Amino acid sequence: MAVPRSSKAVFWIFLAPVLCWLLLLIVLPHLDLLRMSFAGENELGDMTWTLQNYRNFFTEPIYWNTFLRTAVFSIITTFITFLLAMPVAFYIVKVVRPRLQGAMMLMLLLPFWVSELVRIYGWMILLRESGVINHFLVKFGLIDRPIEMLYNDATMIMGLVYTSMLFMVVPLISVMESLDDSLIEAAYDLGSSKSVIWFKIILPHCKPGITSGSIVVFMLVLGNYLTPNLMGGKNSLWFTEQIYNQFIASFNWNQGAAFGFLLLLLSSLIIWIGLKLSRQKLGEVAS
Amino acid sequence: MDNDLSVLNLVKKFGDFSAVDQVTFDVPQGSFFSILGPSGCGKTTLLRMVAGFEEPTSGSIQIRGRDMAGVAPNQRPVNLVFQHLALFPMMNVAENIAFGLKRRKVDSATIKKQTEEILERVGLPGYGQQRINQLSGGQKQRVAIARCLVLEPLVLLLDEPLGALDLKLREQMKVELKKLQAKVGTTFVYITHDQSEALVMSDRIAVMNKGRYEQIGTPQELYGKPLTPFVAQFVGDNNVWSGEVVEQSGKNIVMKTDEGFVFRTVIQGSIAVGQHADLYLRPETIRIQPADKEALNCFNVTVKTILFDGANSRLLTVTPQEHELLVALPQNRSFDHIKPGQDIEVGWHPDAAICFRAEG
Ligand SMILES: Nc1ncnc2c1ncn2[C@@H]1O[C@H](COP(=O)(O)OP(=O)(O)OP(=O)(O)O)[C@@H](O)[C@H]1O
Ligand SMILES: [Mg+2]
Repeated sequence: MAVPRSSKAVFWIFLAPVLCWLLLLIVLPHLDLLRMSFAGENELGDMTWTLQNYRNFFTEPIYWNTFLRTAVFSIITTFITFLLAMPVAFYIVKVVRPRLQGAMMLMLLLPFWVSELVRIYGWMILLRESGVINHFLVKFGLIDRPIEMLYNDATMIMGLVYTSMLFMVVPLISVMESLDDSLIEAAYDLGSSKSVIWFKIILPHCKPGITSGSIVVFMLVLGNYLTPNLMGGKNSLWFTEQIYNQFIASFNWNQGAAFGFLLLLLSSLIIWIGLKLSRQKLGEVAS
Repeated sequence: MDNDLSVLNLVKKFGDFSAVDQVTFDVPQGSFFSILGPSGCGKTTLLRMVAGFEEPTSGSIQIRGRDMAGVAPNQRPVNLVFQHLALFPMMNVAENIAFGLKRRKVDSATIKKQTEEILERVGLPGYGQQRINQLSGGQKQRVAIARCLVLEPLVLLLDEPLGALDLKLREQMKVELKKLQAKVGTTFVYITHDQSEALVMSDRIAVMNKGRYEQIGTPQELYGKPLTPFVAQFVGDNNVWSGEVVEQSGKNIVMKTDEGFVFRTVIQGSIAVGQHADLYLRPETIRIQPADKEALNCFNVTVKTILFDGANSRLLTVTPQEHELLVALPQNRSFDHIKPGQDIEVGWHPDAAICFRAEG
């Protein structure tokens, strides 16, 4: 069908802000960062093109160890978030009475009305050595001395899972709403056990939601700075911290830019592998 | 034991509302049993209790003599064809059919063989690799039935499986389902709100209204000898009059209708002079221009239109008081001269009508 000229104009008018936004805030800064990541100084202090920034990453074990650690922990966090979000979403969509559904969604959203920083400090008040939980444990005689619950990997992962939960639950809820109850009942009627229903009916149906939720959560966790630093402490060794250090502490913008690009490549690569493994296409997931 | 399914005093309450109320019936082995009732009368609820998805409030369900209380749906020897079929869209036809067999840990060679056999039997040979969304409505229908039949259930429960199909296909599937049932010999319990489906397919029909059973019988019995006004109205077409009894001797009464006709007829149950009665008269029991007027209740009507439908043609007529009356039009061409607007005399035999005492 031929599109009339005027509607074509309207199309461009509406698209223009989006294109401007993409260009000004995403493409241009990244192009500049890309340029910076390949820039360096020669012995005379003049600017030259070099691969040194990228080479540093591979020659310094601390860098790529941090990198690997960040990737592995992000995947673990994403998986744990998924494991927790699945029953939550199922409960909200299929078990709770419709009237309560809205209230439950609101309860999920509520923590996100305060900033991440405040939420993390909330956790720290609970968990630190002189914190609320330790206070009660000591008071009831369950432990003799307060224990430090902050600044370890488990606490950090818990904090990351907590921060990402909503971004997994919401896409899962929306795919689960489209799952016809009678499919579950039909599987049950044909002799399935509960676990078969989960693995053969519910999970395959929710696959697009699982994938899009996982991508969002994975990206957020990988690029998170606050939670690993505050809850994981100095030895959290999160890659964003390295980037921050390069930019702010060492003032080495070229190195920082290279790390930034490596992080971008890494996250894209892992998502690509994830999509390949689950035999899905990005377009299908996004729609 | 020759009943595949026995239901005794089954009750299901949702809060104060009784969706199914004191229902009792037996389904003999190998028969086609229908439950017929208007929308919302509790048919699905009843079937879901048999399949195990709803817990009865009271009463018992037995399948081949085994009580089903506390038996989970995946352990019951019955399978349900859902109202909207509920085929698994993430699997192809063969995987849908193999689903139940896999749960029984049948080996894959047998699964393949049985899947092909059942597809053959429902008339879809070679459709195994098709996706569900590539099938037509009637084909989906048959896959849904095949998926259950391949498990060889003692009883196959079908919840209005033709509801979603268009009229033409429904007519066709009606006959096919009946043939399929005769071929496989499985006991079918079939739910419908469409009386013609039930009449065509069933060996026995239970008519249900507001959670209760009105009557159970063969299609002929329900059509010819309805026991309640509801059955008389719901099964087949009927003309209805209400009026007052003016004379009574035993079962024979004389009734004066609200518009002033005086009819001789026979009452079901008992009635006294002065009480009100409702009279139901099938279109095919009314004779046009009868020769022997003595034995009949005769009166004049005006032809409004001719509802031509082949062998099932009728006249829509009105009495002088504008009471509409359907009259069957025999297709032996002897009444070809009848035209809209014409006055004709009609008559019916006192035994042909069904008359009940009016309620309330
Ligand atoms: N879970 C439930 N909670 C409360 N009421 C229910 C529930 N399920 C069914 N009902 C009520 O029970 C009655 C019977 O429902 P049912 O689904 O059995 O009707 P049906 O005869 O199958 O109707 P249809 O022909 O429209 O499918 C309805 O009035 C319905 O509102
Ligand atoms: Mg129903």
